[in-house]
Amino acid sequence: MPTLTEILDIMDYGTAPESETIARDWLARGPFGHFIGGAFTDPGTLFETRNPARDAVLAEVTQGSAADVDAAVTAARAAFPAWSALSGHSRARHLYAIARQIQKRERLFAVLESLDNGKPIRESRDADIPLVVRHFYHHAGWAELVADEFPGHGPHGVCGQIIPWNFPLLMLAWKIAPALAAGNTVVLKPAEYTPLTALLFAEICIEAGLPAGVVNIVTGNGATGAALVAHEGVDKIAFTGSTDVGREIRRATAGSGKALTLELGGKSPFIVFADADLDAAVEGVVDAIWFNQGEVCCAGARILVAEAVASRFETMLRARMERLRVGEPLDKSTDIGAIVHPRQLDRIRALIAQGVAAGGVLHEGAAPDGCFCPPALMVEVSPANPCVSEEIFGPVAVMMPFRTPDEAVELANNTRYGLAASIWSENLTQAMDIAARVKAGVVWINATNLFDANAPFGGMRESGFGREGACEGMAAYLKPENAPAPGARPGPLEVLPGNTSAESIDRTHKLYIGGAQKRADNGQSYSITENGLLRGHAPLGSRKDIRNAVEAAHKATGWTAMSGHARAQVLYFLAENLDARRDSLRAFAAEAEIDTAIARAFHYAAWADKFDARVHDTVAGHVTLAMKEPFGTLGLICAEEAPLAGFLSLVLPAIAMGNRVVALPAQANPLPALDLTQVFACSDIPAGVINTISGPLEELAVTLAAHDDVAALWCAQPALAERVEHESAGNLKPVWQVPDPMGQGVAFLAAATQIKTIWVPYGA
Amino acid sequence: MTHPRNPGAPLETGLFVPVNRPATERRAASLSARRSLKGAHQAAWLINAIACMDLTTLAGDDTPARVRRLCAKARRPLADEIVAGLGLATMPQVGAVCVYPTMVAEAVRALDGSGIPVASVATGFPAGLMPLDLRLAEIRYAVEQGADEIDIVITRAYVLGGEWSALYDEIAAMREACGQAHLKAILATGDLVTLGNVLAASIVAMQAGADFIKTSTGKEGVNATLPVGLTMCRAIRSYRAATGHIVGFKPAGGMKTAKDALNWQVLMREELGRDWLRPDLFRLGASSMLADIERQLSHHLTGRYAAHHRHALA
Repeated sequence: MPTLTEILDIMDYGTAPESETIARDWLARGPFGHFIGGAFTDPGTLFETRNPARDAVLAEVTQGSAADVDAAVTAARAAFPAWSALSGHSRARHLYAIARQIQKRERLFAVLESLDNGKPIRESRDADIPLVVRHFYHHAGWAELVADEFPGHGPHGVCGQIIPWNFPLLMLAWKIAPALAAGNTVVLKPAEYTPLTALLFAEICIEAGLPAGVVNIVTGNGATGAALVAHEGVDKIAFTGSTDVGREIRRATAGSGKALTLELGGKSPFIVFADADLDAAVEGVVDAIWFNQGEVCCAGARILVAEAVASRFETMLRARMERLRVGEPLDKSTDIGAIVHPRQLDRIRALIAQGVAAGGVLHEGAAPDGCFCPPALMVEVSPANPCVSEEIFGPVAVMMPFRTPDEAVELANNTRYGLAASIWSENLTQAMDIAARVKAGVVWINATNLFDANAPFGGMRESGFGREGACEGMAAYLKPENAPAPGARPGPLEVLPGNTSAESIDRTHKLYIGGAQKRADNGQSYSITENGLLRGHAPLGSRKDIRNAVEAAHKATGWTAMSGHARAQVLYFLAENLDARRDSLRAFAAEAEIDTAIARAFHYAAWADKFDARVHDTVAGHVTLAMKEPFGTLGLICAEEAPLAGFLSLVLPAIAMGNRVVALPAQANPLPALDLTQVFACSDIPAGVINTISGPLEELAVTLAAHDDVAALWCAQPALAERVEHESAGNLKPVWQVPDPMGQGVAFLAAATQIKTIWVPYGA
Repeated sequence: MTHPRNPGAPLETGLFVPVNRPATERRAASLSARRSLKGAHQAAWLINAIACMDLTTLAGDDTPARVRRLCAKARRPLADEIVAGLGLATMPQVGAVCVYPTMVAEAVRALDGSGIPVASVATGFPAGLMPLDLRLAEIRYAVEQGADEIDIVITRAYVLGGEWSALYDEIAAMREACGQAHLKAILATGDLVTLGNVLAASIVAMQAGADFIKTSTGKEGVNATLPVGLTMCRAIRSYRAATGHIVGFKPAGGMKTAKDALNWQVLMREELGRDWLRPDLFRLGASSMLADIERQLSHHLTGRYAAHHRHALA
């Protein structure tokens, strides 16, 4: 122990350890079993969970088997009828009780979290646990209001939830709170590295009097998670974790009818303009990539800085990095704690080595020996460097200069991910422009890593789909009460000349790509027959036509940039032209179907400027916008029935919201849809906004589902659900199984848009 | 004095940069959350705060007797048993005693032989709305009376009106009037309101030759706050980067607790470094803070919570 005089000489901080006694006392209750049906099971096959900072065993927990998962799902299923039948008010009281109980145990939760995960006690104490409590309070409110605010919707049933190790209890709260509020019951699998706070939470459930089976916790590794995903008794899967595992889950659940939300990885841009408060931006980097050891899916890992201030910013940043304290997580003065597991540290080091090998220059702070990683900044990198493209999940930022705002956006969007972005500029005009153009589910202006239970969080692109938090997050745990009925697969096509007699109409129908009538790339057509009569021929679209159509849609960005009002004018004009062409449309559709088609155009013209953003009440001094953005290029697999109105029932809501579509009309009778192209052309719909490809539906649908430049897919052919969901895993595009292909309303608009949450702190 | 005095620099508004208030407030809040001082370290940092303290009385009812009492406390800020208990070789001393110009002579007498400098406010403190020649004359008077340091106030109207040359010229003239005495420029940040104003006024004061920049007179509606202090520290850093010159910082007003003393020192340590924990670059302008520090040190030694009446008044 240094003397006072010695301390006065160097003026260091010394140590300020948080007591771990309370956590040690709790850990003595181990080894731990699962929490199933309201009670802990006897410990089974055990594995260790360790304190990474000291390389010491904390507790032994049970490796969940398929039988354990089955028991948990059975318990959840048994609890579901009573839980979902409870009044919202009763469920609200339970969630409120959970929030209260966690608050009463906040110190124990914080210490346990830091021991198990390695994160600094300051963060578990000041960030994780308060956000957990806030989440349960917020969702106690949703339980109270859900029946009024989501009419016609009900819970999915049993939700299987799999969470990561970076924010163990917080991710549990993000999953369990909305699920319970909506009336679901859950089986949750915490991460293999960090199961302890979930087990403590199980005790809280008992203490708070939650009915048995409403929450079940099964510990284990990836195999346990896979058993949960595969279980037939699960109605919805919610996963937070790596993009690779997310892809596996997408494939595993394809066609199962299980609802799915995925919150995956990221490589988020952190954009610093020359007119930013650079000191503030430096602290922003500290709160971004050097928060939680960089083990944050939305971490601002790619620093893009204006050339004019790049060297100054680098100097400031490196000086700041030197002052970060890396070490014992339970020391209250620690900035960066331990990496969760030596395997993760190895992964970080390997990626850094690859980045350096590719020419990156690494600057590092200091870190003690053991499972610690120094904060690091890599410069002299290009987008081709693995450290720029790959998610490191460690305290390592890369930095690249940009010349213009356009280049900043181009670099920011040059990634498979789309989770978050942080934009630093004192010019709000500029910052909002970049916020609008960056592909990210969450955008922070002059801030980073702000969270609130009433701010939707979730990704675009390969960062996943679905939102957590706010009403948008609640929607992910509810489903409309009418469900899709399974239909038949589309049959084979007749591509050779036949001997059925031709009807009087002699028209050459073509594909519609980029605003032009195009012959099928393969030069083939197929026969459209009705009651044994040849009605005409339709072009036999193929992979290459899909490719061309997606390219055309990709380019038609002008449509997306238009105002809702301007798009409405086009849709009204379309309605007018449909009405004017009733006579020719009668050849394909009954009068009632034509009326429906015209009504749809009016309906979505009406909505075009009204399905608008929300402003959420989150943290004082912050405007939190939840923008509804179109996906961009949307693939539409239309139903077989009502080939005219069914086609427009999908196309119109999609384009009303600003999407450009590649639509696959009914295979058996695409003629009305193909005929419509002439109406589109004369209705001021810009080239490339609607592209129509007829042909072998399943083959075309699979190509569309697999296309990496298609951002989302709607499928009104239930028989194709499995194949298209499986293929969609490539770029993790969300697939919406259209519940009522002939319906209309906000469900279509919600499926046509994704939420971008924009945080704008203010203060003069 | 471990560094040369700030010689000033030409007026250059290019050093004005935008300041984002919410981000500054976040950082200020995180500073005290990120660093914790316990046990002997806390005690040492409190002792250091005493060494950096401008023990102050600036009230309309100040009398020579009141000033003598303050000076007595400045010489012996802690009870002997606390000094002995902490194992300190000598009684700590405060950084300076700060008084009105007419009290300087009394303070100089009372501190004779202690080595403790006397600081005087001047230039029409606290509002500064007097003709410039009278303000400069007041500086010269205080220096003649024996003040080693002069805490001047700026004309807030120059900042609010963006009249940077006028502000620069005024402070430069005051610096000249100070002669060998050190000049601390009180920006009265509570009157400037925006952090952008605070930053700009800080830069101009340093360019005009201030040895210290100081937040407040203690008489504004809002006194020293951490976001303001953070902004001023960043100005000191950027002025140093641009010119190589070193300037000190003095928060003043509204700081009453030992916890405040720790928080402000953490700000200095984190944003400017160890050198700014020495009295030649850092002062805490306070009056009642010392009493709380003494109580905390007493608690550190005895384990019992202390009472004000058991410690000597300032």
